[in-house]
Amino acid sequence: MNRKSVSLQKESSMKNFSQLLPAMTGVFMVCGFSIQAQEQPQDSVQPVNLSEVIVVSSRKQLNHHQNKKPLSGLDQYLESSRNVSMIKRGSYAWEPAMNGMTSERLAVTIDGMQIFGACTDKMDPVTSYVDVSNLETIEISSGQGGAAFGNTIGGAINLKLSHPNFRKKGWSGNLGSSFETNSSLRIFNGGVNYAQQKFFFSADGLYRKAGNYKAGGGKEVEFSQFEKFNISVNSGLRVSDSQTILGSLILDEAVDVGYPALPMDVSLARAVIASASFLQDTLFGTFNKWESKFYFNTIKHVMDDSKRPDVPVRMDMPGESETFGFYSQAGAQMGKHAFLFKLDGYHNRSYAEMTMYAPNPGEIPMFMLTWPDVRTENVGIFSEDRIAVGANFIKLSARLSVHKNRVADEFGRNSLTIFYPEMNAEKTRFLKSASVQYHKMLNDFHLEGGVSYGERAPSVSEGFGFYLFNSFDKYDYIGNPTLKTEASYDVNISATYKRPLFDITLEGKVFHITDYIIGEVRPELSAMTIGAAGVKVYRNLDYVRLMNFSVSGKYAFTHHLTFNGRISYQYGKDHDNNNLPLISPVNYRAALDFYKNHFSASIFAEGAGAHRAFAASYGEEGVPAYALAGINIGKRFILKDNDLYLKTGVENLFDTYYVSYADWNSIPRMGRNFYVTISYSIN
Amino acid sequence: MNLKYIISLLLIGFIITSCSKDEGENNTNPALELNKIYTFDRDTHVIEVYSENQRIETGYNELYLRFLDKSNNVSRTDVNAQWEPVMQMGSMVHGAPHGNLYVENNLYKGFIVFQMAGDEHHFWELHLSYIIDGTTYELIEKIAVTNPLRDVKVQSFTGSDEVRYVLALKEPKAPKVAINNMEASLYKMDDMMNFSVVQDFSINIDPRMPSMGNHSSPNNEDLRYDSVSKTYKGKLSLTMTGFWRINMKLNNNYGDVIKGEDVTDSHQQSSLYFEIEF
Repeated sequence: MNRKSVSLQKESSMKNFSQLLPAMTGVFMVCGFSIQAQEQPQDSVQPVNLSEVIVVSSRKQLNHHQNKKPLSGLDQYLESSRNVSMIKRGSYAWEPAMNGMTSERLAVTIDGMQIFGACTDKMDPVTSYVDVSNLETIEISSGQGGAAFGNTIGGAINLKLSHPNFRKKGWSGNLGSSFETNSSLRIFNGGVNYAQQKFFFSADGLYRKAGNYKAGGGKEVEFSQFEKFNISVNSGLRVSDSQTILGSLILDEAVDVGYPALPMDVSLARAVIASASFLQDTLFGTFNKWESKFYFNTIKHVMDDSKRPDVPVRMDMPGESETFGFYSQAGAQMGKHAFLFKLDGYHNRSYAEMTMYAPNPGEIPMFMLTWPDVRTENVGIFSEDRIAVGANFIKLSARLSVHKNRVADEFGRNSLTIFYPEMNAEKTRFLKSASVQYHKMLNDFHLEGGVSYGERAPSVSEGFGFYLFNSFDKYDYIGNPTLKTEASYDVNISATYKRPLFDITLEGKVFHITDYIIGEVRPELSAMTIGAAGVKVYRNLDYVRLMNFSVSGKYAFTHHLTFNGRISYQYGKDHDNNNLPLISPVNYRAALDFYKNHFSASIFAEGAGAHRAFAASYGEEGVPAYALAGINIGKRFILKDNDLYLKTGVENLFDTYYVSYADWNSIPRMGRNFYVTISYSIN
Repeated sequence: MNLKYIISLLLIGFIITSCSKDEGENNTNPALELNKIYTFDRDTHVIEVYSENQRIETGYNELYLRFLDKSNNVSRTDVNAQWEPVMQMGSMVHGAPHGNLYVENNLYKGFIVFQMAGDEHHFWELHLSYIIDGTTYELIEKIAVTNPLRDVKVQSFTGSDEVRYVLALKEPKAPKVAINNMEASLYKMDDMMNFSVVQDFSINIDPRMPSMGNHSSPNNEDLRYDSVSKTYKGKLSLTMTGFWRINMKLNNNYGDVIKGEDVTDSHQQSSLYFEIEF
């Protein structure tokens, strides 16, 4: 797991507080990685394959040259990740997938906080409720490397919030704006910070508005517009030399979001995300970097079909998700052992309903509870021991959680008894995870491998959903409260050859997942949604196998000119040798980057092979190969103490019409798009 | 100034609440939370007709009769009450399937299956006979029977065997999004005034939502004859609130279809059905 929070930190400017501050930056450190950071020179033996850190940090212009589009959406940052691919239902709220797995198999957290979308149709992945203005980094850990953040099968994505540091800096601020031609996307962003040695405060806001985008060739994709704003405030107080209190509040609201791949849009998707943390340098003498956080978040999501011209039945589908929780963690350094201990827990309430208005006037509206007020409680302990053996290390980690689901609403419980007459309203499971990871350095070679085991409970939809229409395969889905716990055995291995100007990494990951949860067609059941192909009920498959292989490398022609490339392959089949859905075909990207004297320029290309191993039985269609190219240039101007940054570029240079395997209902992606970003920071 | 208005308003409010409370006490039997539909006043006694519903509608009706002695305000349960519903159609009359009255909780209870609604020219009468203190009373009162706003709860039809049947929905009275107990009464018309319970037929059910593309629900159980209740019982699952049509097929003891058809894409509705809206 690791996340190279180390290098990150350096960039993020905590030089003055080498001891204390890293712990304050956020959850991460929490995980004890900072311990290693202090021990080892930066960038020495950090494992490269199992985790990844994407620097977002729009606050800090220094990083702008690394980002193709500095104010682009979080989704685009995620998509630039080696490990993450994005499932698309439109131009907004893409759903991250990792190792061929999506939301329910990933732990997606915001600064270590559990948060769950409120849409039964996955129109609001957690990542849609924060924006780049909130974030310092995105920390991505594959497989059980993500177990520190919760029960997971595929890995964890932690969106680490950004805030100022305790530095005597006084006032500072930043302004930014961006425009993109294809969808007339306008972005405005501004923030102010105030920092002293014992106190800081920051506030920022971001606004985006886009019209419909045009696919390659110029055809407009209807219902692909969106509008959103995001406001966040942070404050910190050093109550003593070794103790800090931090508070954070985010309000994120999207309205008028079109989903071209779905039969409905969203009129409101609002999240309020609040947290308070307490950090202390040491605890009981033995432990260090003690951090405790309490948090609360609430999400309201309202689907809307009022703008669609032809719907057989008008419907309202509001959903709510509320989560409160805590975690407390501390590290300990004992000889060669670097420990991390974490206790965490959360409570979630998920409620969604559907009211349909029959075209026949006077008929009573039809009502169903699609998420029957499901209460989930999860309390877990996580521990990790990283043992240094010379320049090599072994890392052991384990998590044990108690996970309880309860259907609180009687109407909802009665509804589910139609399918499960003997159903219990409550179900408790123990979820276990363990992993061993070994990293070895042989001169210029870094070898790493690990094995792990992890479990997860069914998601609310999988366990208790009621006639949830999935427009990907056109089936209505019924949850199954009798599902068994899904378990994963995974093996990962990677080898890197690294020279100062050159490096290449080969990486492979294999997941054998037993009791894999997936919808099974039940021909005897009658679809509820008009036009649906039928009904699927979630069940446990004996097993599935998922694999990921990739080769990535970098070559520096000079100090100023580097080439990056990566090619990857995914495989996913069930026990009957059927293809699984949403498994990427061969996929590649390459970039040539130039950077000198605050001037940057890049040429990049990406593409995918034809999607031939598609899952016909899951409603998936084949997709032809495509290739895209783009260019960008940027320049940073230093004006006294202030910074001005300009960046412009073009994506999909040749206006290629294309669809990727991850696009629902084969909605084409955006055609040629010019963008320009300007940001100004007052230091 | 203002205070005066406030006091007046409070007073008015008090009066209104008091009145409505009185009214409530008069019209319902608090013990059973029933609605009083009719009061038939006689010299020495009063007969009150109660129902769980607000009014009498076509279909299966459970009715409660209270014989209140005016002299001591006591409900009499020793009056040997008998009843018969009669439809007056001008040139002819006919009856309706009904059960004998019996005493429960100080009231006489029974059911009547009204196959049709009354109007200006055709109306229902309730014929009551009872004995109070040795005197036999015969009473005929006109009662209003209306159709439910939309839903069909009773079917009166001639089967393929040329017999006239009356099929009435008894349960669920308060449908839920769940698997509901379903119960129906089936009578055959012996003559204009007499109906007898049909035994050992079976009724296939297929609940559908016409507004949702004829969506159907799983885990329904066809109705089978229950010799204890003398009705047909099964399970009806309803996956959401709204308007449901319960398509049915009636089979005789030999499994021959007497009435109704399967629902298919080209035949969206059986000729034998109930309707439920909730």
